[in-house]
Amino acid sequence: MNLSYLFDAAHWDPTLSGGIPQLILSHLGYVALALLIGTVIALPAGLYIGHTGRGSFLAINAGNAGRSLPTLGLLMLMVTLLGLGLTPVLIALSVLVIPPVLTSAYAGMRSLDQRVVDAARGMGMRPWQVLTRVELPMALPVLMSGFRSAALQVVATATVAAAVGLSGLGRLLIDGLAVNDYSRVLAGAIVVAVLAVGLDLLLALVQRWVVSPGLNPSPKGPS
Amino acid sequence: MITYLSNNTDVVLAALRQHIVLALLPVLIGFVVALPIGYLGVRFPRVYHPLVNICGVLYSIPSLALFVFLPVILGTKILSPLNIVVALSIYTVALLARTVADGLRSVDELVTQSATAMGYRRFRRLVDVELPVALPVILAGLRAATVANISLVSVGALIGVGGLGQLFTRGFQLFYLEPILVGIILSIALAAVADLAIVLVQRLITPWSRV
Repeated sequence: MNLSYLFDAAHWDPTLSGGIPQLILSHLGYVALALLIGTVIALPAGLYIGHTGRGSFLAINAGNAGRSLPTLGLLMLMVTLLGLGLTPVLIALSVLVIPPVLTSAYAGMRSLDQRVVDAARGMGMRPWQVLTRVELPMALPVLMSGFRSAALQVVATATVAAAVGLSGLGRLLIDGLAVNDYSRVLAGAIVVAVLAVGLDLLLALVQRWVVSPGLNPSPKGPS
Repeated sequence: MITYLSNNTDVVLAALRQHIVLALLPVLIGFVVALPIGYLGVRFPRVYHPLVNICGVLYSIPSLALFVFLPVILGTKILSPLNIVVALSIYTVALLARTVADGLRSVDELVTQSATAMGYRRFRRLVDVELPVALPVILAGLRAATVANISLVSVGALIGVGGLGQLFTRGFQLFYLEPILVGIILSIALAAVADLAIVLVQRLITPWSRV
């Protein structure tokens, strides 16, 4: 066990395919796409359910149901159905994003002080305005904490992409294991963990920036 | 799927049995370890934030990396199920230590003060008053950890020990849908049953929190 692989400058050559910079880039690519797809699906659904109160059962249980779905199984199922490629990986990872975003969007909308919503309506705001100018900004702290835990999970889980022949930091783990190069495995684990923590810090900054200062951001973490 | 099941009953049952042990043993170990750690986070407020951060970092280590890496640290064989158990115990502790701390912190100050006034010493107060009051929060964390563990075990299949995950890798290698489907369904069902069991236990031991 040593850090030689991680600190070998040759592995950090940005032009080298299979080098750490390129693996980080493809890893982040999977993560970004999965977060985008998952959010595009889950956010409107969560907001709708939270806004109307219809289908609350779905939103509450999506969290647990999603967590119980084994990503590796889903990934291999998708590969068996669709063949090797980026699509099955993106499907499996997006499915991971949906539950936390859906649940937190719903929880954020439900946690609003209903009087504020009534006041907005009383001021003559249209439903769409109530949603985008009042409800969404106020639900943002809870929503962001759900998004952050989704991001954390996807960064760690995107390593399984390497198990079905794709790139990303999982390559260091899978290939390192295949040739008994534990230094490489360690490098992969460290880079993924650093990436996850870095992304979370970045999102914490984004959260501080997008959340209205008038709101008291709840420091309680994911709910 | 039915024919696959009837032809491979032994394989599937063995995988399921291994899955249950690999997922639930760490929940037990993690819970026992997380209780005192979480308590430290409450007893010494300065420890709380570092604790939360360390737990966050631990949880962000990819499971695959931890599975592969533990043999190097522990000196176990790479195919030893012990690696999976230790790795999942670490995740459980990371998840639960924070929940325990948050649960204990959520206990109303008035409640602890009245307990003190009634003559409870610190340890008795913790066991008889604070822990029971914090139990709904702690059990919610336990549910999350149990369900997460059950789905994480299958990743172990990539290193050869993964309960139902072995059905995934087998199906993947043979390009054969049935075992993968059986594995997914059983894994979800197992998670649902375990989750339900904890909910029932919660209803029994914290009747006051029923909604």
